[in-house]
Amino acid sequence: MNDMLGLASQNLLSPIVLSFVLGLAAALVRSDLSIPEAVAKGLSIYLLFAIGFKGGVEVAATGLDALIVMALLVGFVLSAALPLLAYALLRILTRLERVDAAAVAGHYGSISIVTFVAASTLLQSQGIHFEGWLVAVAAVMEVPAIVTALWLAGRSSAGREGLPWREISLNGSIVLLMGAFAIGWITGPTGMSEVEGLLVLPFKGLLCLFLLDMGLIAGRGLRNSAHLLKPGLILFGLLMPLIGGMIGILSGWALGLSTGGLAILGTLAASASYIAVPAAMRVALPEANPAIYLTLALGITFPFNLAFGISFYLLVARWLTGD
Amino acid sequence: MQTHHAKRIEIIIETPALRTLRRALERAGVKGYSILPVMGGRGRSGSWSREGEVGIASSMVTVLCLVTPERADSVLEAVFEVVERQIGIVTVSDVEVVRQERF
Repeated sequence: MNDMLGLASQNLLSPIVLSFVLGLAAALVRSDLSIPEAVAKGLSIYLLFAIGFKGGVEVAATGLDALIVMALLVGFVLSAALPLLAYALLRILTRLERVDAAAVAGHYGSISIVTFVAASTLLQSQGIHFEGWLVAVAAVMEVPAIVTALWLAGRSSAGREGLPWREISLNGSIVLLMGAFAIGWITGPTGMSEVEGLLVLPFKGLLCLFLLDMGLIAGRGLRNSAHLLKPGLILFGLLMPLIGGMIGILSGWALGLSTGGLAILGTLAASASYIAVPAAMRVALPEANPAIYLTLALGITFPFNLAFGISFYLLVARWLTGD
Repeated sequence: MQTHHAKRIEIIIETPALRTLRRALERAGVKGYSILPVMGGRGRSGSWSREGEVGIASSMVTVLCLVTPERADSVLEAVFEVVERQIGIVTVSDVEVVRQERF
């Protein structure tokens, strides 16, 4: 218990979480603080490139084995299956229409790469190693949940033209993440020594600015759409990451991942998408209310994972492995 | 100067649906159109702003096109097929153009 409290308070008082809180508070008190669109996009490109590159360098140093293939497969299955659980939970806890419940469920099968980055930063600050190639698992987990969400909504396709699968599967985030992963893998530690001045040293500071922006977006969403978040929906937004997180940790444990790896896979399974899936849902299920899934993923689940969830998943992972 | 009647069709639509709309316009024989970003606004789903958005899900764009009055109905039908399921606004206005052959 003391471990949990110590880890949670250390995490809560980290510059990353406090930057998010600043953004959230600024938006809630209607400050005119804002991050320009181009800066936010630039920061997101930087973070994706840096995290992908680091993962690739890790693989170059440790080598590729069957465990990676198994983990990719597990990630795919988790992404496809978690929306089923989320949908069932939504039907029990809320009175959402079928199409809204399916759209929300899809977000909880997919992942939030910023939550992944926050978890990896916490692990690094604790000196806990994790399998760097889990970034590839994160990329694999982006899309399968969308297919399950469509199936849950009773759709086999989206309208006359169908879903733009090529654009979704090759969206900018996935291409950048996997491309940087490949560059890191090819160039290895030598490549890293050439670019670490940009990709390693300023990383945490820039992550703080990005999270400041995420706080602003979450705060604006909460301010404008708080009336949509009924108690059952809020409960779902807090319960689902815990359930998904435990399933992710147990899956990683079955695979034989390290303590850090379990915490990361748990975090991935616990996180909810707010970039790839919302855009896909607007095309595939336009009848679903975007304010519900965006506010829930960004305004409830993301802050919950950032402030408490990640520390909790790490604690469970430590307990399981005895570290 | 000699001017000619034309219809100006303005479509405000969610960015994720832009690709589908562009295809529909091109299939309907629209020779050209312009796309403008929308900074923010308020609608039935609440307020939104372009500032700081990390994804395109809640952003919107305006598509402007000019067509001859004879072609306007078929273009509007094509546009409506896309817009009817999405968040969006379609307006049509009468305008004068100088170079009729371009529309």
